[in-house]
Amino acid sequence: MIEFVLDGRSKVNTYVQLIQQVKQALRVGLLTPGDQLPKVRDVAQSLAINPNTVLKAYRELEIEGLVEGRPGVGTFVRRTLAGSALANQAELREELVAWLRRARAAGLTPEDVTALVETTMRAALAAETPRTEPASAG
Amino acid sequence: MEIALEAEQLGKRYGRTWALRDCSLRLPTGRIAALVGPNGAGKSTLLHLAVGLLRPDAGAVRVFGESPYGNPAVLPEIGFVAQDTPLYRDFTAAELVHLGGRMNKRWDAALARNRLAQLGIPPNLPVGKLSGGQRAQVALALALAKRPRLLLLDEPVASLDPLARREFLQSLMGSVAESETTVLLSSHLLADLERICDYLIVLHAARVQLAGPVDDLVEAHRQLIGPRHGDGPISGVAGVVRASHTARQSTLLVRTDGQAVDPEWAVHDVTLEDLILAYLADGETTVSHTAWEVPA
Repeated sequence: MIEFVLDGRSKVNTYVQLIQQVKQALRVGLLTPGDQLPKVRDVAQSLAINPNTVLKAYRELEIEGLVEGRPGVGTFVRRTLAGSALANQAELREELVAWLRRARAAGLTPEDVTALVETTMRAALAAETPRTEPASAG
Repeated sequence: MEIALEAEQLGKRYGRTWALRDCSLRLPTGRIAALVGPNGAGKSTLLHLAVGLLRPDAGAVRVFGESPYGNPAVLPEIGFVAQDTPLYRDFTAAELVHLGGRMNKRWDAALARNRLAQLGIPPNLPVGKLSGGQRAQVALALALAKRPRLLLLDEPVASLDPLARREFLQSLMGSVAESETTVLLSSHLLADLERICDYLIVLHAARVQLAGPVDDLVEAHRQLIGPRHGDGPISGVAGVVRASHTARQSTLLVRTDGQAVDPEWAVHDVTLEDLILAYLADGETTVSHTAWEVPA
């Protein structure tokens, strides 16, 4: 069972925050098929939010085929988002930790690292995308 | 779609002053609605009309299709927690639960006792000796024990400290999730409302300024920032709710008409709080300028 946390200062809609947290848990393997999501009533009470907001988030996850609601019982995970990526994560993480150490030794602050990662990721993705598109434009 | 609360041209007058005027709205069942407005806007008057404590001087108010004033048929459907949660202070919480059972046909004493036990409220102390937060919880438990289909709360958390406020809203949301009660609550605490409410009613100067589902209202409004603007129409804009200007720049909160907004403007999404403040501020200037007989 996972526990939801809301970022009160975030501009992101509450129900979107809930969806993101479920997906995050599915990605890192914290939730696996068969697991139950917290009951609507419990989420509404512990976060002091509108139960309709929780229902909306769960409905959205259901439409995406990630969870299924069983009437009178609860909402359960149907499939995972981790896939083969999860197996490689430990190794990648080790490399990242080593890299972060080097970055720190080189005098980068955490903000510098975040900025570097974000700009590099954007640039790398932008460089990759055209290749995956069909070369019909000619 | 069933309507829990409906007002049609509803008005209430004290002497020559209208406390509420031309109030028309329809609150569908299953909603948690916020009633927002400055002090004296008519919030309590609307709630008192809805619960049948006041008789309308104009128009009509209906709860599940029935007029609540002097109508014992519909009163069991309505739970009401008045401002500052008035209770008989010399009675204990246990006595109040018992009393409620004697005064109501439909009464779930077990529900009230369970709630109060869970919250750690002492049953045998006079409620006058409890903390404000505990008293508010007792009042809520009593209102819920009626198993109302419409729950009206008049500034339920205004006098509570932040922790008690949080606990109160937690128990309210938990019980609404179980019972599917329709809720209408008045409050000044906009940050709370953003998390809790999916329907909004803005009252100002005795009139309804805005009413509707929160998602629709937020979606229909935008903030525009651009070069100094006169009075001319802007493409994509159905109406300007609030405008502020500097020598070179204008900031507008607008109702959009669904079309793309003139690209001259930088367009930003609005939050529920932005929206409420804009509509309240709008009412403010209109009133004061007319009252002082100066051009707006």
